[in-house]
This record gives sequence, C-alpha cells and structure tokens, in this order.
Amino acid sequence: MIEANALTKRYGATTAVSELTFTARSGRVTGFLGPNGAGKSTTMRLILGLDRPDAGTVLVDGVPYRQLKDPLRTVGAMLDATWRHPGRSGRDHLRWLAATNGIPDKRVEEVLALVGLTSVGNTRVLQYSLGMQQRLGIAAAMLGDPRVLLFDEPVNGLDPEGMAWIRQLLHSLAAEGRTVFVSSHLLPEMAQTAQDLVVIGRGRLIYQGTMADFVARTSEHGVRVRTPHTDQLRTALAGQAEFTEADGVFVVSGLDSDRIGQLAFDAGATLHELSPITGSLEQAYLDLTRDAVEFPAAPSPEAAQ
Amino acid sequence: MTTPTNLLRAERIKLFSTRALWWCLAIALVAPLAFTALFFALAGPEIPPTVGNTQLASGNGRTVLLVLAVLATASEFNWGTMRLTFQAVPSRVPALLAKVVVVGAVGTVLGLVVGFGSWGLAALVQPDADLALQSAADWRSVLGQSLVFLFTAVAGVGVALLLRSVAFALTVVLVWTQVLEGVLVFIPGVGRHIYQWMPFHAADEFVGAAGFATGPLQLPSAPLGPWGYLGYFAAITVALFVAGVLVTARRDA
Amino acid sequence: MNLLAVERIKLFSTRSPWWCALITLALTIGFAAIIAGATPSDAQLTLSATQFGGSQFGIAVVMVLAALAVTTEYRFNTIRTTFQAVPHRSPALIAKAVVVALVALVIGEIAAFGALGLGMLMRPNDNLGLHTAQDWMNVAGLGPVFAISAVLAVALGVLIRHSAGAIALLLIYYLAVEELVQIIPKVGHHIHEWLPFNVANKFLRGSAMVDGPAPSDSPLSPGWALAYFAGIAIVFLLVALGVAKKRDA
Repeated sequence: MIEANALTKRYGATTAVSELTFTARSGRVTGFLGPNGAGKSTTMRLILGLDRPDAGTVLVDGVPYRQLKDPLRTVGAMLDATWRHPGRSGRDHLRWLAATNGIPDKRVEEVLALVGLTSVGNTRVLQYSLGMQQRLGIAAAMLGDPRVLLFDEPVNGLDPEGMAWIRQLLHSLAAEGRTVFVSSHLLPEMAQTAQDLVVIGRGRLIYQGTMADFVARTSEHGVRVRTPHTDQLRTALAGQAEFTEADGVFVVSGLDSDRIGQLAFDAGATLHELSPITGSLEQAYLDLTRDAVEFPAAPSPEAAQ
Repeated sequence: MTTPTNLLRAERIKLFSTRALWWCLAIALVAPLAFTALFFALAGPEIPPTVGNTQLASGNGRTVLLVLAVLATASEFNWGTMRLTFQAVPSRVPALLAKVVVVGAVGTVLGLVVGFGSWGLAALVQPDADLALQSAADWRSVLGQSLVFLFTAVAGVGVALLLRSVAFALTVVLVWTQVLEGVLVFIPGVGRHIYQWMPFHAADEFVGAAGFATGPLQLPSAPLGPWGYLGYFAAITVALFVAGVLVTARRDA
Repeated sequence: MNLLAVERIKLFSTRSPWWCALITLALTIGFAAIIAGATPSDAQLTLSATQFGGSQFGIAVVMVLAALAVTTEYRFNTIRTTFQAVPHRSPALIAKAVVVALVALVIGEIAAFGALGLGMLMRPNDNLGLHTAQDWMNVAGLGPVFAISAVLAVALGVLIRHSAGAIALLLIYYLAVEELVQIIPKVGHHIHEWLPFNVANKFLRGSAMVDGPAPSDSPLSPGWALAYFAGIAIVFLLVALGVAKKRDA
C-alpha cells in the first residue's frame, strides 16, 4: 500500500506537487493519470525518497521509504528506463543493483528470463532498442520480488505486443496481492490496465476512486431527445432537469433515459429519438483536466469553428 | 541486506563492468612506465639516476587515476545510475563510502604497481645505477606512491560528488592539477608561498618528486616534513570527499 | 549561411557555452588582476604577465566548450537529426567548427583586452600598452589562438564522440604531455619544438625571456608558427570529417 498525505514539493518558484493525498491499495493496479507536467514523476520520486517533500508524508506499507531495511525487496520501481550506463551489459546492470540489497545472482537470471532478455544479457545496453531498455527497467524493478511496484510510463516506446505483455504482467502482479502503481498520460491505455485511478493536474488531486466509477461518472454527458411536441416536453422537464433546446432537439442532463421516457409518456409527448450521449472516455478525461494542463495546445482551426 | 560487504560488491561490479576503467588503468600504467623507461634510457647528467627520479613520471599515472575516479562517480549522475543506487540504499552515505573504498583500493594497487614498476623498469634500463632501496626516503618514494594514489582517488570521488557533471569535474581537476598549481608560482612575491601549500605539490613533496620540477623555482624551504605533507594532502582529499557526501546526501537526487 | 545560423542557435540554446565563456573570462582577467595586485610597486608589471593566464587557462576551457558542442550532440542523439538534414555531413560539421571558432575568437579578444585593460587601470605608471608588433600578437593574438584550439577540439570531439574521453584527452595532452615530452633527455627537446601548443605559444609570446612560464622553443617565426598551428587543426578537422562521413551516425 502507498499512502500519500498532503505531499507538497516545490522546485524554486514552481510548485510541482501541492497537498496531494491519495492511497494505492494492495492487490490492485492503480493508474496514476495526468497530463504531461502534472507532477506524476515528481510524486514517484517523492515516494522513493529521491527528492524530499517540502511538506507532507508518503508511506510505503506504512513506512517512509528512507527507513526501509531492504528497499528493493519491498519496493520495485522503474522511473526512467534510461537510468543505466550504456557501456555496461544488461546482466551486469542487474548484478550490481541486486548486490546492493544482497539479492543473489540466481535472481538476476530469473528476472532476465521473465522479461525475455536472457539471450542479450551480455550485450552492452547501448545496443538495446527502446523496448529492450524498458524490459531491462522492469527486470530491475522485479529483482527483489517486491510487494509494491512503481512504474512511470512503462509502455513508452513499446510495440503493441509489448504493451499487451506489460498489461498482463501488471494484472498478474496485482492478482498476487501486490500494490501496482502505474503512471501514464494516456487514459485509453489506463482504462485497459488500471482498476483504481488517481488523476492529478498541476500537482493537485483531481479524482481518486475506481476506474468503473470514473467511467460511470464521466461517460454519460446527457440524453438527446427529439419530439414534435416540444411544449409538452418542455413543461414536463421544467424543474426536473437541466436541458437545452434547439429545433425540436433537447439535450437533457441530470436524468437518465428511462426517467425521461416516462416523463414524456406521462406528458403525452411522442418521442422520435431518445438516446444517451456517451462521450468517449478520452473526452471525459480531457474535460476533467482541461484547466489543469500546464501547456495547453492552441485550438486547431476545426475545433475553433 | 545493505551490508558493507554487499555494497562493496555492488560498487566493485559497477566499476569493473565498464570499459572506461580498463582504458584508464592501461593509460595510467603505460604512460608513467614508458616515460620512466625513456628518461633512464636516454638520461644524461641532467637527470641523475636516483631512486627519487624513478618516480618523475608517476604524476601522469596519478592524473589518469584522478580522471578515473571522477568518471566512476560523475558518470553515475550523468547516466542516472546514482538515482538507482539511492533507490537501493536510501540513506545514501553507505553507498558513497563503499564507492570511495573500492575506487581508493584500485588507486592504492595502481600506486603500488606504478611505484614499483617505474623503479624496477629504471633498474632494468640502467643496471649500473645504484637504485637499491636503502633509506627511508627511498622507500617513501616508491612505496609511498600507493598512499598518494589512494588519496588522489578520494579527491576525485569528492570533486565529482560536489560538481556532479563529468565535463565540469574533469575540467576542474585537470586544470587544477596541470596548470593552476604550477601557474600560481608566477604570482610575484606570494606565489611561491602559496604554491607550497598546493595539495598535489604536497603529494610530490611526500614522495620526494618535487625537487626536480621545482628546484629551478627557488622555493623557500618546505614548511612541512614529508609525513606532514602527506597528512596535509590526505586531510584535503578527505575533506573534499566528506563535503561531497554531505552535499549529495541532502540534495534531491 | 543557413547552416551557420542553425549551429549558432544550437550552441547558444544550451547553458554550457555561457558557463565556459564566463569561466574563461573570469580566470583570464582574474589572474591578471591577481598578478597586477601582487607585483610590488617598485617593480614593473609586464604586458606578457597580464596575458599568460589567458593562454594557460583560457585555451583549456575554450577547448572544453568546443568539444562539448560536438559530444553533447552525440550524447543526446541530435547529431542524427543534424545528419538527416545535411546528409553530406561535412557542411554541417564545418559550420559547427566555424561557429565555435568565431565564439572562441570573440572570447579570446575580450579576455585578452580585458586583462590588459585591467592591468593598465591597476598599474597606470607601468607604461603598459601595445608598443611593438609582439605586444599586439600577445594580446590580439589570443583570439586566433583560441579559435584554432577550438577547431582542434571540435575535430577531436567528432573523432571520440564521448564528452569524458574527448575532454580528458584534450586537457591531458594540452596541459601535461607537451611539457613532459620536453624533459625526455636528448630527443625530447627536438620533438617539443614541433608540438602544436608550444608552437602557438611562439606566436603569442615570441622567444624573449619574460615573466611567467618559459618561452616557446619553436624555431618558427611568429607568423609561420600561427600558420603551422592552424595547419595542424585543419588536418585534424579533415580527418574528422572523413571519419564522420564513413561512420554510421
């Protein structure tokens, strides 16, 4: 379990993370979502004790990271797959890291096999592809067979096959009862991977809950209703729900389609159309974080029209 | 467990698994030995064949060792492996101590090989010269290299921890050892006195290699004896390392 | 022109050139100030004493700047983008060498005249000034020497591609090897006469015995000395261009 409590981190004048409180439960894959520059990597560094928070605490299985006896056996993390010396072989990279926590070389071979790098273990890392480096980073995180795993953007640079492989790995790790905390700036990817969700923007918490709740809460934007009996429907909806009306088309929010259908029937309004508008998950996420994007793109010409 | 043995093993694997180490060691060994051989093969009256003069070129090996120590430390910041190290050893200080012990040990062994290698090679090239190790000064010249190299390695690790950039740290240590100390002599009046307190000049005084290079400079008499100079040199290098550790332990990684 | 602009933008959009330039100026002018301050009032401060800090420290730092301008491109793979845009490669590398050399030239002139100016300010009665041709070369010549050193460093950066390796090699050679060759008995002196930085020193300071490090023992005249130094840099640059063309980026 990871518990962040009112975490705040400033770099000079910029506040990277501000009073961030969240929990990542064991046995679940928790997605850590936010636009680029939202403070995800900073939060990860704070969890691992690499940076010191200006205020607040973060505990891993109830203990601050810096007080862990054998950190690699408790927390495995891949913050940046490029944290390696390019002139060292993948096997040697894992060997030194394992040695720090007294993890036997046998385990190095196991994790190499787990990520499918055994055959290139003695190759210098500078010859690895981006995907292979990513796998090496994951192998390093798995070295201590830890109960808590942190991955920062693990699917970056992977092909679709590699993405599916990671997704499956994360699920099986969580199924074994481990805490899996994965960051991403892409919601569709998260939607397939995460069970719980922590969404941040500009260093502040925007949402915490289950993925299912998030989808339910944000995906239904309203119901589109078309009727020739606009007066009857208008009267029936008045006071019951918010709605907009144009050319006999109502967009109703705050009521589900069952209820609207019943109201229309009671009011004697014939309906030609009654359809829930399900915005894409991506749209919901964009709506949620719109105000929290650090460097918003200028609207494209089509969008502006 | 992050026991000392485990941390030393980790640092040993790190150091010996890149090519930079082998390049540096090869150069650190070949350069001084080759120069010594040349000196003694071609020496005229300007370089008398004494035990002290067998160590004239050892400073080159020392400089390359300094480069090695800087690289072994600063490149970890450059490539991000220092962050992985701190992930594995969150209290940081033990990992940095393990590094300085491993790099220092390599330096000590290199110093022994360079010291005795230069002396042995000189004796081979000039079999008639009397190069037997008799006086305490003779032993200090040859065996003392191991101590000088040890503390040189400590200084390199310390400077790299303080500066964290390979380019910056290399420039500083090379400009310092190769120019700054020597150029200070030319400051009118005080220059010669300042020079006598320069750390690598102090190291040279300890092994008795300072005489040839600085004789023409008409230095005032040395303020410290050889062992005093060693202590002074050691104190500076250890202070650099301690400062580096304190800064690194507190800074965001 | 376009390529020069590209290289100029690349160079000045990172921080290390600014740092290197600042450090060069601080070391050169600062050392001149220390020497001027420490010279007893009954002694004369010589022109060459205000300048040798520049040639000693300055060249080292400028070469670091020049080498980094290349090696950081390899480190961050921007060299591939550069070579994609300029498939013949040589024009891009030449443009880089030209831009870096120009920057080095400017740093050298500011450093040299800054050091002289400060010396004149601090010692108004020492008759410091540009009286002879050698005086001119000693001061105004620092810029060209910096520029040629920078080209040498760019070439080495292309050949070695790693910051650490290039910097270590350049500085150890420049700061230590030439000096050391000199003390090899019998032959050392003859080799030393033809080593590039010793020859460059001949251009800057002539052969007169003055305050500071020993004068150059190069037999060339100052003009030829500069040409020889430039020639060596150009040969290195050509070799580097040839290698870069053949090599996978």
